[in-house]
Amino acid sequence: MAEIIRLENIVKRFYIGQPNELEILHGISLSVEDGEFVSIVGPSGSGKSTLMNLIGALDRPTSGSYYLDGIDVEKAAENDLSEIRNRKIGFVFQTYNLIAKTNAIKNVELPMLYAGYSASARRKRAMELLDLVEMTDRAKHLPEELSGGQKQRVAIARAMANDPAIILADEPTGALDTKTGRLVMDLFHKLNKENKKTIVLITHSPELASETDRIINIRDGRITEEGGAI
Amino acid sequence: MLFWENVILALNSLKSNKMRALLTMLGIIIGIGSVIAIFTVGNSVTLSVSTNLQDVGANDVYVSVVEKKEEEADKDAALDGLHFGTIGSSEEMEDKDYMTVDMIHDLCEEYQDDIYAISCSQNLSSTEVSVEGNDATITVIGANVGYFIPNKVEMTAGAMFSASDFEEGKMVCMVEEGLVDDLFDGDYEGAVGQELEFLIEDQAVTLTIAGVYHNESQYASMFNFNMGSNLYIPINAAKRIQRSDLKFSTIEVVANVGVDSGELSNKITKFFDRYYAANDSFEISAYTFTSLVNMLDSILATVTSAISLIAAIALVVGGIGVMNIMLVSVTERTREIGTRKALGAKNSSIRAQFLVEAIIICLIGGVIGLVLGVAGGMALTNYMGYPAAPSIGGILLSIGFSVSIGLIFGYVPANKAAKMNPIDALRYE
Repeated sequence: MAEIIRLENIVKRFYIGQPNELEILHGISLSVEDGEFVSIVGPSGSGKSTLMNLIGALDRPTSGSYYLDGIDVEKAAENDLSEIRNRKIGFVFQTYNLIAKTNAIKNVELPMLYAGYSASARRKRAMELLDLVEMTDRAKHLPEELSGGQKQRVAIARAMANDPAIILADEPTGALDTKTGRLVMDLFHKLNKENKKTIVLITHSPELASETDRIINIRDGRITEEGGAI
Repeated sequence: MLFWENVILALNSLKSNKMRALLTMLGIIIGIGSVIAIFTVGNSVTLSVSTNLQDVGANDVYVSVVEKKEEEADKDAALDGLHFGTIGSSEEMEDKDYMTVDMIHDLCEEYQDDIYAISCSQNLSSTEVSVEGNDATITVIGANVGYFIPNKVEMTAGAMFSASDFEEGKMVCMVEEGLVDDLFDGDYEGAVGQELEFLIEDQAVTLTIAGVYHNESQYASMFNFNMGSNLYIPINAAKRIQRSDLKFSTIEVVANVGVDSGELSNKITKFFDRYYAANDSFEISAYTFTSLVNMLDSILATVTSAISLIAAIALVVGGIGVMNIMLVSVTERTREIGTRKALGAKNSSIRAQFLVEAIIICLIGGVIGLVLGVAGGMALTNYMGYPAAPSIGGILLSIGFSVSIGLIFGYVPANKAAKMNPIDALRYE
């Protein structure tokens, strides 16, 4: 199987050269195969958010190397990082982060807009994606008119817009009740099984993590254990 | 492609904050509105004055008797021409102070190559005339042949005075359409040949209507302070009525084609000096409308620049308001900016988005200001009695101005948005 994510000895420090210099990640190495559904688990302050930012190409490591779908992310310029996020990564946030006062379909179209697709191509693809998450009948609704679960489904459709190499989901069920959270998790499983999407799930819930192919535990900036689902 | 998306985004964003958007635009609206209003008024006045001057003949030389100044130094000042006749003079003009027929005759002989015609008129007093119970006020003006060269009249019915009418001073008259409307119920053809009887200068006169004229010169309505309508009679008839020699405080000299009217006015002044050198109180001033127009232009330019300066200040203040509200908007939408960046928006896309929003605010404000300014300017010019003529240059300028203000004052907030760190922006509460 092809390797989609490869982190080698990643170190991340903040406030470099200042008295309060802080090393958050102390040399992390990990790889994710194409089509894998992995979870990264750890308590708050463990460095799991920092790791997610690095994987999501929102930030660059202080040292070490990171390859995403064969691209050397560490060497990418700022504009290239935007493009990597746009084409290779689909973000799903705990707080949905739909653009306010913009309807569901426009939200789904957004990554395609930045990728430069024509209006008709965007509209067509967005409708397909809304169909995939069963939100076609809410296409013209504004985020404030949708429930939490519906918002998250729109957000997942948006994450799929440019057919990214990975979906990076940061506590996607954190703001949802158990039942709705379940539906969202089922959707991730469906994307993983049927659409062969590589999914990286960041969570602090061992239960949700146990559903995934592999659990990566992080504590104090180090991977403490890696293992398959129980 | 992205541009139109940004325009739609900007409009949506404004729509969700209507009150705020309107208040922000106010500075721009006031600034652009006042600039446009001033441009419209200025343009209309200039246009109307220059059109009128074409009617009147900017090359004509106006010669009038003016009071001598105490200080000789002022004599050659350009504004000398502004002493209209004897208006505002403290000394009463006596018979010897007026220009006489002989003087004018000599002037004609001396500069016959330069002078095409001389327009002289003798204003008799205003009086009441009544025909079969209809009353009207008239001002009787004795006019020479030359009078009708700069003061064009268009005959509606009947005919202009004949050469013999002028020479012999026949008791005939030309009446304005308005007078016929009042006295003969608008029957212009029927009025010709009718007789008017009235009292003037303590005597009864009977005049036969030779023609009815239509007065469309705006100049006449602009500067005509006479009561009622003008009734023209041959100047020699006026002489007969007033039972004294003709005397003029003002005449108008029509220069031949190709003659420099400025030079001619100097010659005329010099010519009259020989008659007025011995006069203690009065002298002759000759001026052309060109000098008047130049002065009007400079007054207008001063007023325009003063108001433009105020408008510019309003625009800068408005621009700062736009900048302020855009900074607020950027801060409010930090999370949105972070999300957009996470979804792949480049810094330049974010910058463009907020820049377009600032420009749209200014442009909408500018267009509102434009509409209000044109409306206000036109209302003002109408009120002043000029035909309204909005200035195209001013309109284009104001559109350009609003866009530039948006660009200049929108850049700082837009750049702030573009430079945001996506991680911090996503975490912003």
